[in-house]
Amino acid sequence: MSTALADVLQLSVLLAALALVHRPFGDYMARVYTSTRPLRAERWIYRAIGADPGVQQRWPAYLRGLLVFSAVCVLFLYALQRLQNRLPLSLGFPPVSPDQSFNTAASFVSNTDWQSYAGESTMGHLVQTGGLAVQNFLSAAVGMAVAVALVRGFARSGTGEIGNFWADMVRGVVRVLLPVATLAAVVLVAAGAVQNVASPQEITTVTGATQHLPGGAVASQEAIKELGTNGGGFFNANSAHPYENPNALTNLFEVFLILVIPFSLPRTFGTLVGSARQGYAIVAAMGLIWLGAVVAVTVLETAHPGAAAQAAGGAMEGKEARLGEGSSSLFGVSATMTSTGAADSAYSSFSALGGGVLLLGMMLGEVAPGGVGSGLYGMLIIAVVAVFVAGLMVGRTPEYLGKKIRPREMKLAACYILVTPALVLGFTGAAMALPTPRRSMLGSGPHGFSEVLYAYTSGSNNNGSAFAGLSADTPWFNTTIGLAMLLGRFLPMVFVLALAGSLAGQRPVPESAGTFRTNKPLFSGLLVGAVTIVAGLTFFPALALGPLAEGLS
Amino acid sequence: MNTAVRNTARLAAAVLRALLVLTLVTGVLYPLLVTGIAQAAFPHKADGSVVRSDGQAVGSTLIGQTWNTRDGGPDRRWFQPRPSASAYDPLASGASNLAATSPKLTRQIEARKKRIAAFNHVPRSAVPPDAVTASASGLDPDISPAYARIQTDRVARARGLDPADVRALVRRHTQGREAGFLGEPVVDVLELNLALRDLHR
Repeated sequence: MSTALADVLQLSVLLAALALVHRPFGDYMARVYTSTRPLRAERWIYRAIGADPGVQQRWPAYLRGLLVFSAVCVLFLYALQRLQNRLPLSLGFPPVSPDQSFNTAASFVSNTDWQSYAGESTMGHLVQTGGLAVQNFLSAAVGMAVAVALVRGFARSGTGEIGNFWADMVRGVVRVLLPVATLAAVVLVAAGAVQNVASPQEITTVTGATQHLPGGAVASQEAIKELGTNGGGFFNANSAHPYENPNALTNLFEVFLILVIPFSLPRTFGTLVGSARQGYAIVAAMGLIWLGAVVAVTVLETAHPGAAAQAAGGAMEGKEARLGEGSSSLFGVSATMTSTGAADSAYSSFSALGGGVLLLGMMLGEVAPGGVGSGLYGMLIIAVVAVFVAGLMVGRTPEYLGKKIRPREMKLAACYILVTPALVLGFTGAAMALPTPRRSMLGSGPHGFSEVLYAYTSGSNNNGSAFAGLSADTPWFNTTIGLAMLLGRFLPMVFVLALAGSLAGQRPVPESAGTFRTNKPLFSGLLVGAVTIVAGLTFFPALALGPLAEGLS
Repeated sequence: MNTAVRNTARLAAAVLRALLVLTLVTGVLYPLLVTGIAQAAFPHKADGSVVRSDGQAVGSTLIGQTWNTRDGGPDRRWFQPRPSASAYDPLASGASNLAATSPKLTRQIEARKKRIAAFNHVPRSAVPPDAVTASASGLDPDISPAYARIQTDRVARARGLDPADVRALVRRHTQGREAGFLGEPVVDVLELNLALRDLHR
């Protein structure tokens, strides 16, 4: 079988699986977030918190719960790393340095999972499993909660109430993430991923060399790391490590896990606003951009431009033999466009333009399909912008799903869109202007610049992947990327929840003959246009200095 | 103001309780449940697919290792793995992260190609891409069938075996794409070398 045919078959199987699952899974999530009867396990949790899940919150209360919760998580994770040596299961590792602890705490709570540390040589089992893996669940559930709150803003009218943060977060963990992750982790172990509580096992090879084979709760972390679009690997090599991702079948399964919630949430949205087609218009735009990127990167990697790749005869530097160019490209695009940041290959060694597409995928704002929750609310913000633009063209007050897009809504959407470009370009500019940060670059010229641009793009968009040549474990990068991750995660959430509250308070406008139809392919096209133009205009100069200059010279 | 501070403090205390409960559920019960199922149903895989030879653990089929002589050079009697940015140390996994346009990487690849062609007595054009490039994990357990094929004659000569037997061994250990269309065909170096050793017995 030719490689091209194998790539097409793999993509078809993935699409078929997503098409099959998105409907029941999306409807299930809709039921979860509308149910009023907590499960028994959930009741215990509510009792421990002292929260009443039945109380409806307005957006400031919802936001306050979310921010205090996340702040406590950051502090807890910071303390866990700083005190690692005094706690059990540390594997003898010393405490993590202050700047790296801050960076890692910010990273996992913001669902970024940027890793300036190497898992197998820095973090003991307690920090990995009891700290980092926990945030894989919680940060994902927080993202989904915000998305559902925004959807409620569209679905409800005449009330400022957008749900209950505690109920949304706990239900996301207990009813969505936990069951699917458990199932997925068992599948991964069955295929060869490691799952034990052992210390590294020393063996002597046939030739007399010594090797230490690591152990740990790898499969359980791998499952939630992909499902919650987190991306923080148990090992430094992330999903390229054979113990995390043993073969091409697990590779495809992990890509499926990454995509399943982001591609199913639009169905949940459609169900909650009472029109499945509204969801399809959103998912079509997401799918189109994602598919375009998959094809572009696969073609580029198979063609392997670049002097080194040409000398080798294939783009295999930084790729695993069992996965090859096709499976690595599919994983790379899916991970960067969902804010997952996992990697089954070294993105820094991708062709200049292929790596550029990965970078662009993040710059689009992680909306195609984006992270769990964040992808949906990001795309709904773009939808608000799109109907606004369409409204300007025909001279009508723009409305979306029966809600007027007034100056207040538009201002909130605009603020949302401005946050990440400001962070990315501001911090990249500062890093390039100062003498010290530049010393962290592995490459020189355009590729060195791309490494820094990639780092801040990845952090601000909560992706977490890296052009890993950059030595990012310095006080400068740990601190600035840590700030970029926190601001890039929580500032947009403020605007989203404010928008949700504002929309929920409106009375619906009756649909008329002049209403712009947002459930048609034309609207999907408009969304794709809005995503590319907004990101393209903002980031083109930066891309021209990095991957474009490298790829075209 | 005081009320706001008190309310936030009360909220923070509730949040800490919430975090501890959720840590118990997702950080303790979840991994223990998965570990329990994994150890009961797939103990060999859950413990890292360790291969034993004469009762001794000699490696993992999933983790590559070096096949060097005592002085540290590649041993002619064994099939050689891919280059590794981590020297096959499983506690330091990772890639070179060099760019596809990097002059340094180009030089490395040219040098490896020259060395591997000379080592195996084949023309440089016969050396496949995976033989001259470092993997993403630094622990790649596999090589391409093409890289295995250019090593057969050298291995057979070093061991005094019939090259046809060694070629047949490589064919037997070549794994096609998963399910026929996923990933790339590969040869697991540890499995191949252990089978090679058994040819003598």
